[in-house]
Amino acid sequence: MLAAVDPAAALVGLAPGMSVADARARVPELRLVDADPAGDAKALADFADWCSRFSPWTSVDGPDGIWLDVTGCVPLVESEQALAQDLVARAARLNFAARAAVADTPGAAWAVARYDDLPASSIRVLAPGEARKALAPLPVAGLRLSPEITQDLRRLGLKRIGDLYGMARAPLTPRFGEAVARRLDQALGLVEEPISPRQPIMPRLVRRILAEPISTADAIEHGLVQLMALLCRQLEEEGLGARHLELACFRIDARVERIGVGTSRPSHQPDHLARLLTEKIGEIAPGFGIEVMQLRVLAVEPMAPRQLGLDAKADGGAVAPLVDRLANRLGARNVLRLIPENSHLPERAARAVSVLDDRHRDKRPQDWPVARPRPIRLLAHPDPIEVMAPVPDDPPLMFRWRRIPHRVRRAEGPERIALEWWREPEAGTDGIRDYYRVEDEAGRRFWLYRRGLYRPETAPAWFLHGFFA
Amino acid sequence: MATLVQLGSGRKDAALAALRATLRRLEGPGRAAAGVAPTGFDAIDRMLPEGGLARGALHEIVGEGADRAASSGFAIRLLVGLAVQGPVLWCLADPDLYGPGLQRLGLAPDRLILARTRRDADLLWAMEEGLKTPGLAAVLGEPYRLDLTASRRLQLAAESVGGLGLVLRPADGGKATAAVTRWRVASAPSALPVPGQEIPRDFGLMRGRWQVSLERCRGAVPTGEQGYGHWLVEEDDAARAVAVAQELGDRSGASPARRQIA
Repeated sequence: MLAAVDPAAALVGLAPGMSVADARARVPELRLVDADPAGDAKALADFADWCSRFSPWTSVDGPDGIWLDVTGCVPLVESEQALAQDLVARAARLNFAARAAVADTPGAAWAVARYDDLPASSIRVLAPGEARKALAPLPVAGLRLSPEITQDLRRLGLKRIGDLYGMARAPLTPRFGEAVARRLDQALGLVEEPISPRQPIMPRLVRRILAEPISTADAIEHGLVQLMALLCRQLEEEGLGARHLELACFRIDARVERIGVGTSRPSHQPDHLARLLTEKIGEIAPGFGIEVMQLRVLAVEPMAPRQLGLDAKADGGAVAPLVDRLANRLGARNVLRLIPENSHLPERAARAVSVLDDRHRDKRPQDWPVARPRPIRLLAHPDPIEVMAPVPDDPPLMFRWRRIPHRVRRAEGPERIALEWWREPEAGTDGIRDYYRVEDEAGRRFWLYRRGLYRPETAPAWFLHGFFA
Repeated sequence: MATLVQLGSGRKDAALAALRATLRRLEGPGRAAAGVAPTGFDAIDRMLPEGGLARGALHEIVGEGADRAASSGFAIRLLVGLAVQGPVLWCLADPDLYGPGLQRLGLAPDRLILARTRRDADLLWAMEEGLKTPGLAAVLGEPYRLDLTASRRLQLAAESVGGLGLVLRPADGGKATAAVTRWRVASAPSALPVPGQEIPRDFGLMRGRWQVSLERCRGAVPTGEQGYGHWLVEEDDAARAVAVAQELGDRSGASPARRQIA
């Protein structure tokens, strides 16, 4: 079946919906290309995304349309006319035969763009209040109704939208549901119809339309610094700081490159924020050039001073930006601080959490257990070792760790550590560990443990868990 | 350095001090003004030309053996005094530092910011960023390898704002670096409570001991062919501070006598 036809095919009478056999019979030299609805949808979504250079309110409409709410966007361009023309011209350069209409309501624009017999790549701008007149001669299909309803209306002789203007609503509703009346009211602006934006709208946004497309990192950075200065002035006036920022670069080939950063605490320092983004400029593929840069704040917080957990009195405010830069490049989960946890189990008594994680602010330094000697480095997973121990409850005489034997010269222990009662012990381990501190002949000190109570019938399992200094 | 000593005739010390000051000024703007941080070991501080670890400089600690326990223990003890002044950035591949153990040595774990890095390139970048940040008490990194170029970058970053950099590296992790000092640290067997009298194996651990050598020290005079000083370091009863048990004579035997310090 034909999914779409090009203008030449349409001229010889081919139409979407026709079977391939039929079409071949009429036009033997027909060239067929497989339909790719998923690819089309993606291309359309990408294009819609790129259209957000004109307006932050964009959304995809069905398989072949894009909504733009250009209310209030005109100051950014010369006129609605110019905006629409620019849009269509750009689409044409990308081989989209687009038609654009600007109207008071989404419904009216939709009808005009599709049914007003506009030539390819042309536009029509309806003056305010002109919708009623402009829609009257258009077919009822322009009301975004289902094909069944459209057909029924035509059967009743209601072919043009204008035919519906004078109709009483009451007889229409039982027959077609409220769709006809609603669509008509929406097209004429009698009821509101919001367009669902592709992205949630954020008021804190600055953009810059570049006189010439740019593609070098230096030029992007330059633009970024200027945008950041503007944005930060805005944030400062509001007493807000950014926690999450996004830079979008709109390329001339209708693609959008985005980079984002988060901060450890709200900031409106342009230098600091610009620097965070600058480090990611390398991720932007400029393609044939970038023509619009847009900087948005995705999350803000009041600038009230916040405790970073690190003692801020001495750092002169420079440490938080450092943490942000580290988190930006290494990932927030790789910039860590140590917090104490309430557990007997050594590997659970301390945890490394992200510096940007706000959930553990209540942990105090005095929560660290210091009553007993503890290693300075602890293996996350204790290493099994081979051990020679003379008597069941004695510390080992010798152990072999990573194939290197260590003779134990001194030992201290055992320190019995029991698993918390609510944890299910592994089979045969009794839920306890007997820890020994040992020193080998070179003076190196290790933390070893035997798992479980000694049982004559099984060989005890020994592990190396940490290193003392 | 040996040449300088010969040139400075009668007023050797004064001439040397003046020359050192000039050198420090030439070495960079950050260095002269940055000051020093005491190591916490009096005997070691006395050996250092400025009476402590120079700020605005990179210092290198070479660990012996496979585990990094002895060298990181030494580093942690250096950080105890430093961390009072601000947070410490510690860059490493595997954040296996254990809070309770650090706290017991006197280094509050909440003074540390850990940067976990997969590659040396990221680690060195993080160190450089840290060294250029005023307000950090020190930046410590554990690269797999450190070469001359990378260490020079770190040294320059440290000079720029007077940061103090520490590099922990294994003995085979590179040779020549631009670090201002190089320390070699190894565990040493603990002493018997009564010399010569053996005690049962499970009697308990005695005070821990480490052998610390200063192998390189810009601006100091070597004490012998082996370097700038050897110390046997022993922990005290609280296991917190560490006392310098004795200053070892240099191995060439040129030093007249071993001095008891602690």
